Parts: sequence; C-alpha cells; structure tokens
Amino acid sequence: MISENLRSRELAVFNLRGLYKKYGFLPYKMSKFEEYDLYVKNKDFLVSESIITFTDTDGKLLALKPDVTLSIIKNTKDDFGGVKKVFYDENVYRVSKGTGSYKEIMQAGLECIGDIDDYNIYEVISLAAQSLELLSDDFILDISHLGIVSLVLDSLDLTEVAKRQLLSAISEKNSSRVQEICKNENVSDKDINLLISSYGKPQDVIEKLKNIEVVKDSEALSQLTKITSLLLDSSFDDKIRIDFSVINDMGYYNGFVFRGFINGISSGILSGGQYDALMQKMKHTSRAIGFAVYIDMLPTPSPEYDVDTVLLYDKACDLKTLNEAIKTLTKDGKSVSAQTSLDEKLMYKQLLRLSEKGVLEVENDA
Amino acid sequence: MLNVALPKGRLGEKVYAMFEKAGFPCPAIKENSRKLIFENEEIGIRYFWVKPSDVAIYVEHGAADIGIAGKDILLEYTPDIYELLDLDIGKCRMCVCAKKGFRDNTQKTLKVATKFTNITKNYYAKMGRDIDIIHLNGSIELAPILNLSDVIVDIVETGTTLKENNLEPVETIVPISARLIANKSSFKFKGDKIEKIVSALKMQMEDKND
Repeated sequence: MISENLRSRELAVFNLRGLYKKYGFLPYKMSKFEEYDLYVKNKDFLVSESIITFTDTDGKLLALKPDVTLSIIKNTKDDFGGVKKVFYDENVYRVSKGTGSYKEIMQAGLECIGDIDDYNIYEVISLAAQSLELLSDDFILDISHLGIVSLVLDSLDLTEVAKRQLLSAISEKNSSRVQEICKNENVSDKDINLLISSYGKPQDVIEKLKNIEVVKDSEALSQLTKITSLLLDSSFDDKIRIDFSVINDMGYYNGFVFRGFINGISSGILSGGQYDALMQKMKHTSRAIGFAVYIDMLPTPSPEYDVDTVLLYDKACDLKTLNEAIKTLTKDGKSVSAQTSLDEKLMYKQLLRLSEKGVLEVENDA
Repeated sequence: MLNVALPKGRLGEKVYAMFEKAGFPCPAIKENSRKLIFENEEIGIRYFWVKPSDVAIYVEHGAADIGIAGKDILLEYTPDIYELLDLDIGKCRMCVCAKKGFRDNTQKTLKVATKFTNITKNYYAKMGRDIDIIHLNGSIELAPILNLSDVIVDIVETGTTLKENNLEPVETIVPISARLIANKSSFKFKGDKIEKIVSALKMQMEDKND
C-alpha cells in the first residue's frame, strides 16, 4: 500500500518538508494574496506576465500569487545578521503555456537569505539534489555558473542585443546559431562553442574549461570546482552534471543556477539559483539562493484497484447485519464499498454479497 | 528505446535515409503501409510520422525524444527544446510577398495575412511598423489577390506558386532549414544515443560538402 503511493504528491511534499526541517529550514506560510504592485515592479522575474488581480474591499489592487520568492524577499528584513532559512509549499497561479488559461500550480521550495557564503550555496544545491533523490532514483541535477558565462561573453566585443541572442542560443545548445551571431558580430565563436559542448561530469567539464583563457584562473571557476567537489562526496555523485544550457535571466540571477530533471518527466522539475541581482533590485543588501520543486509535474500513479472489496447488499436486508459485516471487513485496514448494484467500471479485488446466510464470496479477481 | 518524430512527406523520407545511413535502420518503415509507428527493437529505436508542424510539440512534451522540425515552426512556437543541429536540407525562406509592383504605403496600417502570426508580429515590431494580422491556415497567396491583405508572410521555396499567382517576394525575413531538436529531459537520460546520432549526421553532412 505504501509503495503504491510512494510517488504521490502528498507524500512527496511530506518527505520534502522533513528533509528541509532536518537542515534547520523553517516553514513559511503565506497568504494567497499579495499587493499587485510587487509584481509590476519585477515583471520580468515572473515566468508568465499574466496575473489574476482583484480589488480588495478597501480598493487596493491585489493579486493571486504567481510566485513565492518575491513575497519572501519582501517580508525579509535586511542586516538581521546570519542567514534566514525558510521553506514553503504553496499554490501559485500562472498561465499554462498550452491552454493559455490560468492554472493552480503546486510548488515546494526553499530560500536562503542573508550573508550567503560558499557553505550555504553548497547546502542549498545539495538539498536540491536530495529533494530529487526523494522523488525518484533516476534523476540528474544540471549545475551552471553564470559568472563563467558572463566572463566569456564580456571578453568578446558584443552589442547587448547580440549578448541576449547568444544567451538564448546557449540555452538551446544551438551551435549553428552561435556561429551565425558571432560571424555577424565579427568575433570568434570558439569559447562559446566550448561552453555549449562542455557538459557532463564536473571533473571532465572543469578540465575543458581550463582551455578558455578568461575562465582559466577566474574566481568563478575555482568556486565551481570547490562546490562541485563537495557535491561529489555524496550518495548522488553520479547524478551531478555541469551544463551551461541552464540559463536564468541574468537581470535577476547570478553565480550558481541549477535545474533538476527526472527520467520520464519531459521538462525540468526543479529550478533554482543565486538571485543577488533581484535582491539589489528590491533594495536589499543581503544575498540569496533558493529553488522550487514543481510538485504538479510528478505523475499520479493510477491505482490497480479503486477499492479492496465491494459488498453487494439487498435494500431489504437487515441494516444491523450489513453494518456488522462492513465493520468486520474494514477492521484490518481494508477498504469496502457497500453497493446495491455493481458499477462495471469499478476496479476491486474481491466481490462479496450479503445474503441471509451471511457474507458470501461471489468472485475473486485477486 | 529512443523515440524519433519524423515529419510526414519528402523531407521526412530524406531524413530517415540519413538516420539509416548513420546506423539506425528500421526496414519496416519502407513497406508502403498506413502504419504510423515503426520500431527496431534490436537497436532500440522507434520512428513515427507526424504532421511537420506538430514535431516540435511531440518533442517538447517528451512523447518524442528527438525530432526533425523546420526552423519556421521553431520560430513560431518557440518550444523549450535543444536545437542540436542544422541539417541544411529542406531549405527555403520566410518572406514578405506582395502583388507584383507593390508599393508600401507607410501612411496606413499594413494588412498582413499569414499562418505565422508570431514571426510576423516580431518582424514588424522590430521595424516599428503598425500592422493588422489576418491569420489564415492555407492558400495564403489568395489574400492579396482578393484584397484581403496588402502583403503576406509565408515560406518561399522555389517561388513558382507566387509567380503563377502574379506575386513576388519583397523581403526575406529569415532563411529556413530543417533542424534536429531534442527534448531537454531526454537529452539528460538518453544523451549518449542522441549524441551518437548527432555526430553521425554531422559527418554525413561534412562528407556531402567536401
């Protein structure tokens, strides 16, 4: 019974909560509404621009939360000393790409805000990997360092438009597009193509990155080396990859960004990174890192049976006998559906009939 | 098992031939049947034919691990996928076309008929031109002839259809060719096989160019 539900969403959230609590993260409960103003100021940070709004009784324009991170930052004070560690599981409201209509999306995640050091970064990325490990045995965590991507782009003489185009080409692993843009801009595509083609095991990728002049002795590379080597000392060492196609908006994110994938789910189920730039935009001096898990993407297993037992009874039967029969049947945790007639589509293990002689087995599928 | 979405039609057949040469054959596909799915269990590959404009959807949702889609479709739908290789086949251009001798009257809003709404919107937004888009699903060439629109945005391969309808390309928006695309998640878990295909196809293209 437990294994049947192992991947179910409720259990996933339950396990994730346990994990985050273990590392001293505190639960953070929010109201469903937030002032619309907050989102207007940081529109680009949101995945989709459309927000459900309504007017509160005092005339204030409110929104149903499309995002959790912004609210947490807003409600966190600066310079409290140390690092604030919180986790959440909340519903957010976004437009789904396919249908173009609003959807309620279940999200769990954590944020770490304050005087962030390398240990905090390691801890959050490690927790991301452990979250994935709780959801599936077959997962991959892609890690990228935007500092390295910036170093490479800044070393070339590029216009802002070209930079943006190159970022999107890197996120698509589109080397022919990179070639085309670089040709137009009259710069070498060598280093960018090396970024695109270097992905895989951290040790191998770091070796390759040493071939890029501006990256070779950079602080970003030594930080990437330090943190990935810590991550490799774990039970999920073979699931950690470096991949520069993980690109989050550089206006908000900087440093480490990462994305988690589970075999069988068609897009990334976990997404996160350092967002110091967003903190600055929101006039905070502290730094931050966090991630979200899209619980909605977890497949819901279809149960083998709807119910353990169907008990057919006659409307004229003695209710007391019926009640006793059901009590006996449910005693050891089995589920029983009492019916007067059989629904053909109902899947059951056992079909019983209540007759004057007591409970009789009609047929047994199990 | 690697799932490959091939676009129905001549382009798809050409691409299949490249896959076969690359060491991923599936002989059953050549029997002229109405079947849509073909499998070679031995080497673990499954091909299926889908409408060309749907390939990107199959790949984005992971129903196919990789697929072959025209750049026009990728620009129009901007699916979240990896674009791994420009196959340099199925080449054509996305063009603005109009009746022969058309002169753009910049004083009025331009009426544009097209199947490619997003490409059109982006192109004219970049120029700062105010347009009305009329979305059509086929026979786009009719629109300027019947004065439904001033110009059309469509794919031009040889230009024969345009010529026969007394139209001509006015401006090239972007060159188009077939691309090998991959689902981002599949690339993580079936990367070895996908990379093998990419490098084999790349080699064929280099041989052709030599």
